Amino acid sequence: MSSPALVRHSEDSMPAIAEAGPAPAVTPPATPPSFGTFALRWYRLNRAGLRAIAIGIISLLAFLLVWHLLTTYRVVFFVRFTNVPSPLAVYASFTKAIHDPKFLMHILLSCRRILMGFSLAAIVGVPLGLIMGRFKLVHEIIFPVAEVLRPIPAIAWVPMAIMLWPTNEQSIVFITFLGSFFPILVNTLHGMTLVDPVLVRAAQCLGARERSIFREVYFPASLPHIFTGLTVGMGVAWVSLIAAEMISGQYGIGYFTWEAYSLVQYADIALGMIAIGVLGLGSSLLIRGAGQLVMPWRSR
Amino acid sequence: MNEILTKAPQGHIEVRNFSLSYDSIEGPVQAVTDTQIHVKPGEFVSIVGPSGCGKSTLLNAVAGFLKPTTGVVTVDGEPVNGPSAERGMVFQQYSLFPWKTVRENVEFGLKMRGMPRSQRERAARTLLGLAGLEAFEKHYPDKLSGGMKQRVGIVRALATGPKVLLLDEPFGALDAQTRVIMQQILTNMWQRLKISVLFVTHDIDEAIFLSDRVYCMTARPGSIKAEIPIPLERPRQQAMMMSSEFLALRRGLMSLIREESLKAMGGEISDMGLQGLNIELHGHSLADVI
Ligand SMILES: Nc1ncnc2c1ncn2[C@@H]1O[C@H](COP(=O)(O)OP(=O)(O)OP(=O)(O)O)[C@@H](O)[C@H]1O
Ligand SMILES: [Mg+2]
Repeated sequence: MSSPALVRHSEDSMPAIAEAGPAPAVTPPATPPSFGTFALRWYRLNRAGLRAIAIGIISLLAFLLVWHLLTTYRVVFFVRFTNVPSPLAVYASFTKAIHDPKFLMHILLSCRRILMGFSLAAIVGVPLGLIMGRFKLVHEIIFPVAEVLRPIPAIAWVPMAIMLWPTNEQSIVFITFLGSFFPILVNTLHGMTLVDPVLVRAAQCLGARERSIFREVYFPASLPHIFTGLTVGMGVAWVSLIAAEMISGQYGIGYFTWEAYSLVQYADIALGMIAIGVLGLGSSLLIRGAGQLVMPWRSR
Repeated sequence: MNEILTKAPQGHIEVRNFSLSYDSIEGPVQAVTDTQIHVKPGEFVSIVGPSGCGKSTLLNAVAGFLKPTTGVVTVDGEPVNGPSAERGMVFQQYSLFPWKTVRENVEFGLKMRGMPRSQRERAARTLLGLAGLEAFEKHYPDKLSGGMKQRVGIVRALATGPKVLLLDEPFGALDAQTRVIMQQILTNMWQRLKISVLFVTHDIDEAIFLSDRVYCMTARPGSIKAEIPIPLERPRQQAMMMSSEFLALRRGLMSLIREESLKAMGGEISDMGLQGLNIELHGHSLADVI
């Protein structure tokens, strides 16, 4: 056992460790890689993603094809496709609708209601969840009420909302708010209960006081759950909005869909449904994007 | 940085007549009893003892997270009440803020103190440079190895220039090779900073290698069984672990700890009703075999 060698080894390995980083230093090749090699490498790294996209496209096309066949042959097999519009009919009605300012107004109004109801829910739900998670007394006061109101579906609030609010518009926004509020509140609260107490201690040892601990530890630690709540809340907001619009609306994409049924415009029913699906998808993608922006440490 | 290096020696920890019991459904659990320890300014002191003997409890009381049931904890004559930046702490579970980059983690204490951004960025860079981590300042902790995380943890605790540094089994989760390197880094840093350190471990070699003095605790309820000065010369190098002096200290501490560990285990074994084995344990015959 030669001791000086041991000593040198242990000291030398410090910078060695520092260099052996998570981004393994790829030895730079003498010449820059040709475009071919580059493309090949890119393909190899993204193979899984490309595969998913390809299969996704194929499966969507297959769905359209099945839909087309079922409707052109008017299949009756337990369910009846006799009156269901074909994809081509829906496409025709879509090209007509995008030039129709009324259709666009329906969509814009629904988006506005979502924006208002959902934003209100987030503005109230997130801080309330954070405060309930931090202060026991607030939790003890609010939690029982929330637990009683939470299982009531937002749609069940429609009659009450109409009584509560002077205008139809306000009651629809209120329903949307209610739908997204509880998922946001509950998930934020859940995030708060999962904050690692060691991190709180670490912050205290570094001189952080209550306010800073809240801002620098509790809040960022809860963010992943807050965003789960926002994603779920957005989904429920659309569910509640469409239901409210169908029952009590005069405008909005939910109303458009229901009206199409009353007016025997079958293609517009499917168009309304697809529009709702696309809007719901778009809004949840927006939230996911915002989440990645706000939580850069979570993206890998 | 200079501020830390040239600070007058301080950080005298004193724990007197200390005992602490936890409340539980079966009544109070006496974790630590009748304990006196001290750390002189600039001294490196370790606490070793069998698992569950109350090492963390003692350290957490010095940090200010727990209130002693009896007795007092003082630092430079001031009683400890509550955690503060004067007493830096390093935890076994790394405890870096995952949402902050390496540099932001190190800056955290300075930010809490209200230091302007540019100034604390510079300070953090200097400190990270000392720990060989400047290349990683923009990384998030989950991209670092365990050894790197713990180096960041130590640097973060030192950034505010605390009077004392408390470490609770900081290298317990690391593999053997990394642990040896970390011990060398820590002893080098301490040599430069001359800060008082209270270090909890169950690794006897680690305690001897790093410390000026080692306290050995009894099984629960923990108290100080022995205090062993470590007269090995400084600066310390890993090679010293082969010296006869080191090995003699090691043998001494080992037998102290083994006695206590057997007591701790003996309690559990008799709880399980294995009386025969228990008797043998007290007769020391098994102790020699283990
Ligand atoms: N919150 C608590 N409530 C009740 N008993 C506790 C609590 N925390 C710790 N104890 C008990 O107090 C004793 C001392 O715990 P402590 O964590 O200080 O031991 P330790 O020496 O650090 O052990 P280890 O080596 O496993 O880290 C243990 O027996 C433990 O079971
Ligand atoms: Mg412990």
